[in-house]
Amino acid sequence: MNRLGIIAVVAAAIVAVALPFFLAPFGIYLISMWTVLTIAAIGLNLTLGYAGQVSLAQGAFVGIGAYCVALMTQAGWPYPFAFVCAGLLCFVIGWILGYPALRVQHHYLAFVTLAFTTLVFLVLRNEEWLTHGIYGIDGIARPTLLGWSTGEALDFYVFSLGALTVLAATTWWMLRSPWGRAFVALRENPIRALSLGLDTRRYTLMAFAIGSSLGGLAGALYAPLVQFIEPSSFALGLSFNLLLMVIVGGSGYFFGPFVGALIAVLLPEWLRVTQGYYLIVYAAAVMIMMALCPSGLLGLAERAAKAVLRRDPPPVAPLRIEVTEP
Amino acid sequence: MSAVLEVSNLRKTFGGITAVDDVSFEVREGEILGIIGPNGSGKSTLFNCVLGQLTPNQGEVRVDGRVTTGMRPCDLNRLGVSRTFQLLQVFPQLSVRDNLILAGQEHQGSMFSRLIGHPDAGLGPAAEQMIAFFRLSHLSDEQAGALSYGQQKLLDAAMAFMAGPRLVLLDEPAGGVNLTMLGNLRDRLQAYHAQRNATFVVIEHQMEFVMALCTRVLVLAQGRIIAEGTPQDIRRNPVVIEAYLGH
Amino acid sequence: MASFVQLVVSGLATGAIYALIAVGFTLLWQTSQTINFAQGEFVMLPAFFILASMNLGAPFWLAALIGIALSILVLGLLFKLVIVDPMLKHGVLPLVISTIALSLFLKESAKDFYSSQAQPFPALVPSTDVHVFGAVVSTQSLAVLAVAIATVVALHLLLNKTRLGRCMQATAQNPTLARILGIPVRRMVLYTFLINGALVAIASILISPIYLAKFTNGETLGMAAFLAAIIGGFNQVRGAILGGVILGVLDNLSAAYISSQYRGAFPLLILIAVILLRPQGLLGRIEERTV
Repeated sequence: MNRLGIIAVVAAAIVAVALPFFLAPFGIYLISMWTVLTIAAIGLNLTLGYAGQVSLAQGAFVGIGAYCVALMTQAGWPYPFAFVCAGLLCFVIGWILGYPALRVQHHYLAFVTLAFTTLVFLVLRNEEWLTHGIYGIDGIARPTLLGWSTGEALDFYVFSLGALTVLAATTWWMLRSPWGRAFVALRENPIRALSLGLDTRRYTLMAFAIGSSLGGLAGALYAPLVQFIEPSSFALGLSFNLLLMVIVGGSGYFFGPFVGALIAVLLPEWLRVTQGYYLIVYAAAVMIMMALCPSGLLGLAERAAKAVLRRDPPPVAPLRIEVTEP
Repeated sequence: MSAVLEVSNLRKTFGGITAVDDVSFEVREGEILGIIGPNGSGKSTLFNCVLGQLTPNQGEVRVDGRVTTGMRPCDLNRLGVSRTFQLLQVFPQLSVRDNLILAGQEHQGSMFSRLIGHPDAGLGPAAEQMIAFFRLSHLSDEQAGALSYGQQKLLDAAMAFMAGPRLVLLDEPAGGVNLTMLGNLRDRLQAYHAQRNATFVVIEHQMEFVMALCTRVLVLAQGRIIAEGTPQDIRRNPVVIEAYLGH
Repeated sequence: MASFVQLVVSGLATGAIYALIAVGFTLLWQTSQTINFAQGEFVMLPAFFILASMNLGAPFWLAALIGIALSILVLGLLFKLVIVDPMLKHGVLPLVISTIALSLFLKESAKDFYSSQAQPFPALVPSTDVHVFGAVVSTQSLAVLAVAIATVVALHLLLNKTRLGRCMQATAQNPTLARILGIPVRRMVLYTFLINGALVAIASILISPIYLAKFTNGETLGMAAFLAAIIGGFNQVRGAILGGVILGVLDNLSAAYISSQYRGAFPLLILIAVILLRPQGLLGRIEERTV
């Protein structure tokens, strides 16, 4: 990362810490939601942006994590244990969901994960003995950790921001390790990677499992944040939204999900002047951006920064290589 | 001299077409074996069967006496069999250095020890050495996709050598490379061979390149081996001349 | 038994509509690698074109023609020029994202500019029941089947019996070779978009009397099109037809005999099974490729 990038990240961190002191409770709720969505989007960015596996199931994992925590805490289990269980459960399910990815790629994988999301929704809606069906689960308590109650909006924000920081740092560290290089290799040229001794099967499953477990952990924060969950919150719409967040922010950029989630949270507020039309405006903006800059806002920022800082001739366009499947 | 690679009675069919027809040969330690043949003679299919990219219908492949037929390419690679590709196959968004580290990292420790180990898997100096050997030092921080075609070919070869392989299979290394770069590539391959007593198998169209590089040549036509010998023998062999020039 | 026949006939009718949608979907995929996530919304929208024309005083038959024409223009031509063409150079994924955004855009537009309430939609024929082999079958189902079959036959004739159709198939199978043979590839690709525009409009006319015209219709219809296309085989028009019919019949039978709560789940389980066991689809071709 260059100096400009470090300055931007430090400035953003200061804003993230200082901001709640200037906000009303609803504002604090919004930025808490941002931390939760960012965690889910970081997971999807790992699967999609780094390892190149298209997934439309991230919303379902948020749902699984949320229901896991809600049901366990209401059954009397301590929150931290439920939190870890949500992550582990989604890791295992994500690993299993990764198997189709070994056989099929791209659009097929999108459809398998899409089918999975719908199946999860149906189970959440129909298995009333477990999930209370369409009535959802009400009155999910915010956790008390080592005597510190996160019941107040500000306290919960501090908690979720802390969780985001820890999870993001862990992901950063993993992406810096040889695993990060292996994930990118998987995205760019799986056949060549295989011929260099890279066990593409294990890395693909791992990318799916870790990405999904981050989705589950996001869900584990989502449930106590909103305190009421119902199946339709985790239908296909959420998976689509998370996908848009990753792409709009910049897929394959570490900080892309932070930006994408911020826009997803703030845009409905900013576009309130357009009344009901904000989704139309949002959808149109996404289409325009895909046409002009498919690498997302951070891709755009990087291009702008390069143009301003270097002022040297534009770099040679990367050679595109057609990869054929075996 | 022991055989590094033994291929026996290999056959591969696609529908009704027999692309490789009962081919047997062996590669001895330290030699550079060339495999030539007109278009469609089955060279690439043979390569892909040996390397585990395709499953042969019949026959056996052994590396150092161990049967490898049906093994996945990644396991084969970790046994020390490495390859380059006919079409360019580097990782365009990774830097040249990262391309090389990647080529070596899966040979270091286990998957989990790599996760908690050093980001460059302890391969930084080795990667720089390999980059220097292929005279790409000035480019080691560039994205591989920004390199010229010839430079990418060199990088591709460097990646194949990175893990110190027992056997390297080069699939048309000279294809599409200009004459200067071709000389450069041949020079590097020969230097590497001389330094490490490495074992190569080269598939190539470019006759001059094969004749200058290889110690022994096999000629393939219509899926069968029709001739074998030193480059000088092959050049004079009437069967080969006919296969290439037709009737 | 009588109710079984009834279920199968109405299942065939729904399945025939799914097939129309799926055929358009696979055509776009074959010729331009466009995975149209907005295909369901493409079916939802023409009903509103038609309703709007009728509100302006046009009789149903004229409104239907206007609807089809508008659909070809907007969902065929404009879709290709404005959304797909600028994206092609970026590859498959950005285009997928763009069509997801487009589906949201169309859905919200229909809601905000027309109505969020389900709108009654005129049926092709008056709804009466006829008795076939002791079973009661609605004339609506039969009319839907007739129109859908006629459309598929017409499309089949176009693709297989005319020079234009063969050029389009050549474009779908091997664009590079088609270009070398002098086929105007770009125009052929455009034609498939126009055909898709017509197919979704016809499907819209057939399905809207049953489901009513509602902005959320696209969600289930789009899903049905994906499922049908994948179950049948992505690279085959015949596969999409088979997939659509299987899906429609299965949907009706499973809802009646197994579990109405999980009726949505069966097609998904079949999808996962097909993808795992026969990823090329029931009628698809295997393509063994080498490096």
